[in-house]
Amino acid sequence: MPALLEVAALSAFYGETEVLHGIDFAVAAGGVTALLGANGAGKTTTLRAICGMVRARGEIVFDGEAIAGRATEAIARRGIGHVPDGRGTFLELSVEENLRLGAISRGDRGVGDDIERMFGYFPKLRERLRQQAGTLSGGEQQMLAIARALLLRPKLLLLDEPSFGLAPLIVTEMFAILARINREERMSMLIVEQNANLALALADHAYLLETGRIMMSGAAAEMRENAAIRHSYLGY
Amino acid sequence: MQALLHQIFSGIATGGIYASVALALVMIYQATHHVNFAQGEMATFSTYIALTLIEAGLPYWIAFVITVAISFVIGVVIERVLMRPMTEAPVLSSVGVFIGLLLIFNSVTGWIFTYTVKAFPSPFPETSRFLGGWASPHEAGATAVTLIVLALVYVFFRFTKLGLAMRAAAFNPVSSRLVGIHVGWMLALGWGLAAAIGAIAGMMVAPIVFLDPGMMSGILLYAFAGALLGGIDNALGAVIGGFAVGVIENLAGAYLVGAELKLTLALIIILAVLILKPAGLFGRAIVSRV
Amino acid sequence: MSAARRPILPVILALGLAVALAFLVSDYRLFQLTMVLAYAIAILGLDMLIGYTGQISLGHGAFYAVGAYTAAILMANFDVPYWATLPIAALICAGFGFAFGFPALRLGGLYLALATFALAIAVPQLLKYKAFEAWTGGVQGIVISKPDPPFGLKLSQDQWLYLFTLMVTVVLFLLARNLLRGRIGLAMRAVRDHALAAEAMGVDIALLKTRTFALSAMYTGIAGALGAIAVQFVAPDSFSVLVSITLFVGLVVGGITSLAGAVFGAIFIVFLPNIAENISKAAPGAIYGVILIAFLYLLPMGFAGLRRRVARPGATAQPPAQALTPSPGTPSPGKSAAEIRIKSG
Repeated sequence: MPALLEVAALSAFYGETEVLHGIDFAVAAGGVTALLGANGAGKTTTLRAICGMVRARGEIVFDGEAIAGRATEAIARRGIGHVPDGRGTFLELSVEENLRLGAISRGDRGVGDDIERMFGYFPKLRERLRQQAGTLSGGEQQMLAIARALLLRPKLLLLDEPSFGLAPLIVTEMFAILARINREERMSMLIVEQNANLALALADHAYLLETGRIMMSGAAAEMRENAAIRHSYLGY
Repeated sequence: MQALLHQIFSGIATGGIYASVALALVMIYQATHHVNFAQGEMATFSTYIALTLIEAGLPYWIAFVITVAISFVIGVVIERVLMRPMTEAPVLSSVGVFIGLLLIFNSVTGWIFTYTVKAFPSPFPETSRFLGGWASPHEAGATAVTLIVLALVYVFFRFTKLGLAMRAAAFNPVSSRLVGIHVGWMLALGWGLAAAIGAIAGMMVAPIVFLDPGMMSGILLYAFAGALLGGIDNALGAVIGGFAVGVIENLAGAYLVGAELKLTLALIIILAVLILKPAGLFGRAIVSRV
Repeated sequence: MSAARRPILPVILALGLAVALAFLVSDYRLFQLTMVLAYAIAILGLDMLIGYTGQISLGHGAFYAVGAYTAAILMANFDVPYWATLPIAALICAGFGFAFGFPALRLGGLYLALATFALAIAVPQLLKYKAFEAWTGGVQGIVISKPDPPFGLKLSQDQWLYLFTLMVTVVLFLLARNLLRGRIGLAMRAVRDHALAAEAMGVDIALLKTRTFALSAMYTGIAGALGAIAVQFVAPDSFSVLVSITLFVGLVVGGITSLAGAVFGAIFIVFLPNIAENISKAAPGAIYGVILIAFLYLLPMGFAGLRRRVARPGATAQPPAQALTPSPGTPSPGKSAAEIRIKSG
């Protein structure tokens, strides 16, 4: 499969502190790639660096185009949907407005249909349509964030710890939906997770990040069998 | 009774002016958490532009539209040039820059247009058969203009894509960028709109209070009072607050403190709100009480 | 802040020069220099609040006005000698400062700026108010006479007033220096930089802030009294919002949290209008505005910071503006709290 996103020698900084030390990875078109690692390994920073949200150095080629150094909004318009850390809900706005915002940079007329399609994945959102988004539960906000990012009609979806803070049942449901979205829409995904078990079940390729460096990579299935990973991250 | 009604209606008319300026203040506050101390001076400058255009022979409403457009551009330019580097700046720096702007606008206005008090024309007839004496035609007309402006602003923010993008950028700039909104330009547009609304308020109040470079300082004070009363993070609240302080000012001026202490009354309202209900009547309680 | 000993020599030289000036320049220049001293005291007062405690006041012109009117009313209506008006003005302004600061200081930065700005705008109207007219002279204001030198000293009135003001200034600056370098100054900075930490260390924040506000108002009020005696006249329209703004400009341009900065700022606000008014009546305001903005962008430590930077090249002046309100989310080192621990331990 051709690579949709290719990252080479990517370093990122918070102020003067370098927190990513030149990592290389790729996301295949139509595939799901997982970035695994403990807290503070640099997973969220990697996603932020791709979207131009932190100071970074290195090469980022997306869909055949170098996007490093571009503004966040330009990268979004180029086709990267980002479900950020903390869900990024527009708390003061209604659920409907949150959804419309997802599609706000699109010029086409298919937004209504797309929102309908989102209700297919997340029926709860239809019930909550008029409600202020800040009143949604954590799981509902996570679904809203995914729907919002998808409404951009991105080529690549970045997901930052979608399981964070959610009940196990909801997490399972959500990952099933993500798998469906990947299948039905051929949506390429780069997913960051602490819950390696879940992520490896969804992903076809995975990278293991440790203190800003890639320690290991391979097919998701192989990674699951890897003793070191099992021991450190899967807990069995 | 007639006198009381007249006072109330006058209060609503000036309240509309306060409401407009309060709305302009709140729009900038919501987006940047800065209070534009120069909002009044900017509006005065715009009003002088209008007077210059009218004196040059342009029909009133054409001068009106051109003035609003010019003010919009001035607002956008100020945001792009001066305010952009201030996004992350501490309160002292931002307050300082706004005070600097106030000084510059005030002086440049005096410099170009002199400090003499000037009359400003009203687009509305001198007398009217319809209003029966409890409101002057200008008051009625200015109120109508204000209400139309407020309604347009509401429709714009509530029902247009651009309005939604601007609200999103004000509430959550990070998420806005992630959906492709040009947040910087939204802020600039907000400044433009605020300046345009201020300009309209200036043109509506100038026939009542006459035009001089310090014309808006008292009005700005009442707009502060209105914005705080309604809740400085709540646009609708600020508009209601603006009307309310207009009525309070007129009634208190007529029956309580007299016209001499009108500004002091605004100060008292501001202090009372800040002390008793810092979030305002309709605001969310997010005032930093350190 | 680290107790680096400032060389005492330049201060003595500057003082010597200041005294010598009394005998070197014209009476008009001496009047201007007297105003420099008065404004320096006022700016120092404002600095205690803005610079050291991080509370923004745009309304210190109100306290300046109260001090000025106190002096004028006492001299004109009650025949109080000019020197005796200073402690009374100080007390009254401290009282006003306490009364206004008590409620106002519960509010965070921007809201205090707003409230004090409103106060500044309302001042002239209050001074004109009819009920006070018997004392304030209403719109007309009050004319007072310039004091004669005491003990038959062979000095002109302007020379004497200048030297008198210089003495008061030196005393007030020394007091402020000791206060701000001592335990109280430390607590003030701790409140500014880390309110929560300061509270945890046992600083009563509300009381400290209110007292600082009172002290700040007191300094500015004394300055107002001195200014009124020098100008020999008070009237409501001389105390417009511009006085407050001018003091604010002087503070930022001179450099916050700096005693010398207060003097630089005062020199700036006294002499700039003189030069600028040759261009246009409006020029001083415009130039103030431009310079204010330029300083905030380019030289956040003011003239005083420039001096420090020149004296110690390479030493990056920590912009105090940043210390005022650490933006949420950026963890700043708990420096001041650590300092307290070191000093008290």
